[in-house]
Amino acid sequence: MTLGAALPLSPAQAADTTIGFIYVGSRDDYGYNQAHAAGAAALKKMPGIKVVEEEKVPETDAVEKTMESMISLDGASLLFPTSFGYYNPHMIKMALKYPKLRFEHCGGLWSDKDPKNAGSYFGYIDESQHVAGVIAGSMTKSGKLGFVAAKPIPQVLRNINAWTLGAKLANPKITTQVIFTGDWSMPVKEAEATNSLIDQGVDVITCHVDGPKTVVENAARRGAFVTGYHVNQSVLAPKAYLTGAEWNWEVLYPRFAKMFTSGQTIPNFYRGGLKEEIVKVSPYGDMVPESARKMADDVKAKLIAGSYVIFKGPIADNKGTVVIAKDTARGQTDPELEKMNYLVEGVIGATS
Amino acid sequence: MKADIGAPVGTPVAKSEAGAQLRLPSFGRRFGGTAEYIVIPALALLASLALFGVFVALFGKNPLDLYFYMYQGAFGTWFSWQNTLTRAAPLILTALCTALPAQLGMVIIGGEGALLIGALSATGAALAMPWAPPLVVDVAMAAAGMAGGGLWIMLAGALRQYRGVNETISSLLLVYIALAILNFLVEGPMRDPTSLNKPSTPEIGAVNMIGSIPGTDVHWGLAFGIIAAILSYILIYHTVFGFAARVAGGNIRAARVVGLSVGKLILITCFLAGAAAGLAGMFEVAAVQGRTNANLAAGYGFAGILVAFLARQNPIAIIPVAVLLGGIGASGGLLQRRLGLPDASVLVLEGMIFVMVLASDTLYGRFSIFKGKAS
Repeated sequence: MTLGAALPLSPAQAADTTIGFIYVGSRDDYGYNQAHAAGAAALKKMPGIKVVEEEKVPETDAVEKTMESMISLDGASLLFPTSFGYYNPHMIKMALKYPKLRFEHCGGLWSDKDPKNAGSYFGYIDESQHVAGVIAGSMTKSGKLGFVAAKPIPQVLRNINAWTLGAKLANPKITTQVIFTGDWSMPVKEAEATNSLIDQGVDVITCHVDGPKTVVENAARRGAFVTGYHVNQSVLAPKAYLTGAEWNWEVLYPRFAKMFTSGQTIPNFYRGGLKEEIVKVSPYGDMVPESARKMADDVKAKLIAGSYVIFKGPIADNKGTVVIAKDTARGQTDPELEKMNYLVEGVIGATS
Repeated sequence: MKADIGAPVGTPVAKSEAGAQLRLPSFGRRFGGTAEYIVIPALALLASLALFGVFVALFGKNPLDLYFYMYQGAFGTWFSWQNTLTRAAPLILTALCTALPAQLGMVIIGGEGALLIGALSATGAALAMPWAPPLVVDVAMAAAGMAGGGLWIMLAGALRQYRGVNETISSLLLVYIALAILNFLVEGPMRDPTSLNKPSTPEIGAVNMIGSIPGTDVHWGLAFGIIAAILSYILIYHTVFGFAARVAGGNIRAARVVGLSVGKLILITCFLAGAAAGLAGMFEVAAVQGRTNANLAAGYGFAGILVAFLARQNPIAIIPVAVLLGGIGASGGLLQRRLGLPDASVLVLEGMIFVMVLASDTLYGRFSIFKGKAS
């Protein structure tokens, strides 16, 4: 304790705001964590802001200790524990313990029962997936699309469904074969799933796993097209990368930091899609023809304008049950979408 | 300093009293040997830290900064100490899962599976008795966790005893089966329907949560880990059972010839080993997570193997080694933040320590300073 006071380990100067970022995987995973790290990198450019980062922090009390370490040794006053499993109980516990500091979580569902100095934010990335789906549907020759997914949870199902519905706009006959690997980071299974999809005749693949690198590189090696996820993976496969659904944390995080440093309160529950610039679509690859670009851009423009609903009835699931009735439109804020437990017609696969 | 313990022993021996020569070498073996077991691993540790310093210097970072931040992050402040001890808590228990069967010459590396099954069993027990008072729930959770974990490793022991299946392989494979069972139950029969994007069991309830050791942030798992380590030490070195286990570990045929029930020894030891890891799982649920989900598969079981081997399978040595590894984990964050080192650098250090300590095995008995004789 005395040593800590005597040696140059004092928290950052009062004028600075220290913001802590915690990642569950490595920050150069070409995926989920890299997207957040890109947002953190955008903050580093802002004057008066110091960013501290820690990667590969498990979703145990280790993350509580990491937060406390950032608070007590680095003087962090705003924290972004970015992985889903950090929220409850870990971040909630820290928010209760440090009521004067601010905690912002990606993906959690903040409710009135949670501490006021905690918040959750997320993006409607299914909008980007829907646009990418249009491109995928336009580019497939076999009519068979493939989706490598981690777990059949609502967020993932929503992406699979939005992507498939987008593809069906371009080609109503397509099917999406989905394979669940069972966990967020399973490179071997992801590679096997990719190969197995291509063996079945699939020629456009996407995924929802933490690090899409394996899927993108394997698909490209086998001559299939891919649409990316989380960040732009075109550097990994320039000839195969059609487009992709990307997070846009480099816009959101500076926005939050400005609110925080200027004394405004960051809303406890913050959501948005393409319009709010929380998500974006990768630039189209050179191989995407003009007609497909036009169709995708059109959908994108309508999504940004707010005049378009992805989950608009009638929508049937892949067992023939109507899940969204004829005159029902489930807009992005509809809480029913947070509970999605089905795969739409045209998806081959099962949720359990 | 510790080496001195062995030194004075040599002096009276030099007088070459026949009786003393018989007695004193054994004295020297005893205490000189203990010193050897402390000094050689400590030297191995220092050597690996020095090597890690060189490694870090190659990346253009100042090794002195490295040592300072490591000390600071692990032991430099009261907060750092708590951080270290929190990380050490599960490791003591999971290390026992490897160290106990090691007395019988078995290499069990499936502590992670026992931890997961222990966590599931403990959660199941808590959810089965919503009416019971917290103390009853916690005792039932501990019993269920230990029974679940114990049976899990006993399965590996039974496969070895009755079917001749290599226990190292089977205990490792059982980890993946445990994980699959956990995922199945958490995403299926035991799922809390409101856990949408993070499939989890229902919570055991805030009243049933075990708090921290008073005056600290460290949960009670640490205290129980230390107790379990001490009990294991007594069991191995001060009971007939432990003696029999070590005899069997030394030469299994000889043990059979003298009439030891080797099968029973294997099954009971494996049960106790698994029970320790199961208890670690129970504390992860009852003191940290409050429910079971995939977060529990955080690798404590695998880190425990490292602890057990570094402690040379000695239950008492497991305690300081677990604290050391907890400290390395705690300081890893600071190394990332202050020196910009990747997370993997901590793994590099752990790997270096592991190799150094294993390599230092060849040094035992080579330093005359530890020997009580002067023949």
